[in-house]
Amino acid sequence: MWRQTRPPLTRSPQLAKFVVVIFSLLCAACSGAAQQIPLISGGAGFLTNTSGGSTSYLPIAEPLIAAPLGSRVLIESRGSLVEAIFPDGHGGYDHSRSFGLTYLQGDLIASPHLTVVAGSFLIPFGTYNERLSPVWINNLQDGPLISSLGLMSTGTGLGGQARGSAISRSKYSIDYTGYFSARSGNKKFNAKRSAGGRLNLYLPEARLEIGLSYNRLLQGIPAAHENFYGAHAWWEPKDTSFRLRSEFARGHHAQGYWVEADYRTHAFGGVDSWVGRFEPLMRMQQTFRRDTDVSDGLPLVNTQRVDFGLDYNLPHETRILTSYSRRFAANGGDENIWETGITYRFLFPVWKGK
Amino acid sequence: MILKNLLALVLFVTTVSASSQAQQQSPPRAQPAKAARKAAPTPGQQHPEVGQLVFERNCSRCHTTPSGFSSRISGTVVMHMRVRASLSQADAQALLRFFNP
Repeated sequence: MWRQTRPPLTRSPQLAKFVVVIFSLLCAACSGAAQQIPLISGGAGFLTNTSGGSTSYLPIAEPLIAAPLGSRVLIESRGSLVEAIFPDGHGGYDHSRSFGLTYLQGDLIASPHLTVVAGSFLIPFGTYNERLSPVWINNLQDGPLISSLGLMSTGTGLGGQARGSAISRSKYSIDYTGYFSARSGNKKFNAKRSAGGRLNLYLPEARLEIGLSYNRLLQGIPAAHENFYGAHAWWEPKDTSFRLRSEFARGHHAQGYWVEADYRTHAFGGVDSWVGRFEPLMRMQQTFRRDTDVSDGLPLVNTQRVDFGLDYNLPHETRILTSYSRRFAANGGDENIWETGITYRFLFPVWKGK
Repeated sequence: MILKNLLALVLFVTTVSASSQAQQQSPPRAQPAKAARKAAPTPGQQHPEVGQLVFERNCSRCHTTPSGFSSRISGTVVMHMRVRASLSQADAQALLRFFNP
């Protein structure tokens, strides 16, 4: 099972219009301050997956462009270029290619506590979609089984967001996000009508973050308006490279959780020594069906999955990802999943500045 | 299909040219990885260690520390992180100072 990638948003000749828009914005950003040159960032990778004796290959590139317009406005967009090569069932291989914009949004820093976001944006529910979904960030190739809960099947909303830091003290900080998305059947900006938000509390000294998410599907008959609830806790003890991340999500038809831990040792010369670059990790997750109405992307039956990974963080922003996973399904469809991959993160200015 | 391939080519060429352009010049580079390991406050600077703390408490929670990037994009990086991580204004300013000591 691959990490969940959203369907391509752009498949028509109108894609050219978006490219023109992006380049126009870049031109408009020419007059930016010395430290505000537009940037291209993102990741590229080559991933393999072997499950049930079949191996698939997934070259992927996810470029992100961020272009400031002055000191208060930022235009940002992330694209996804994927070539999937998979067994065709007749002893050979088939392939498919897709390219699309994952999101395209404008950010206005309206005040020290408020940023207004407009456009096509990642739905702020839980932590995976906004923080961990880029290919160069995620420790494991696959997203959690519950990562589709609360994301309205598209992962993106089309509308507006208000977000920012509500309180920031040395002992604690609270940040918030609220959004509304309109319904859109447009292939490029497909979205469902929904609204929701997230509230995070972070305790810097304990390095502990806890957060709550809620959103509601607002389209269809009123009886089909589903509520989604989420909670997450992240703990990263000070002066260590141990990270514990966990998340719970509950939808109308299913619920589940995941817990992930990873570690890099400071012994043997620090995290940049050849030993310290190893990053063992483990993720445990379970999903539970509440009924048989499958509309949320979770497995059809109650499922457990455990992932054991060993990543290696090479210099120059390159990572090698390896993992073995065992998936236990209530209907007996257990399977082993072996995954390997290499990812590269890039970050550079679009042009020479003054 | 032709248009998609053409656009992919345009993006690729743009990316490669921008990358090579960025590598040809040698601007001052923000090196948060080195700075995070060796955060010695410099006299006259306004608490650069605050920026390091902001970096550790926000950016490093999700991703590994970048080994370095052009100081010309440090302001853009901070704006992007301010939105994505909901940083406060003070934290964003401290982070910018950390990238440009």
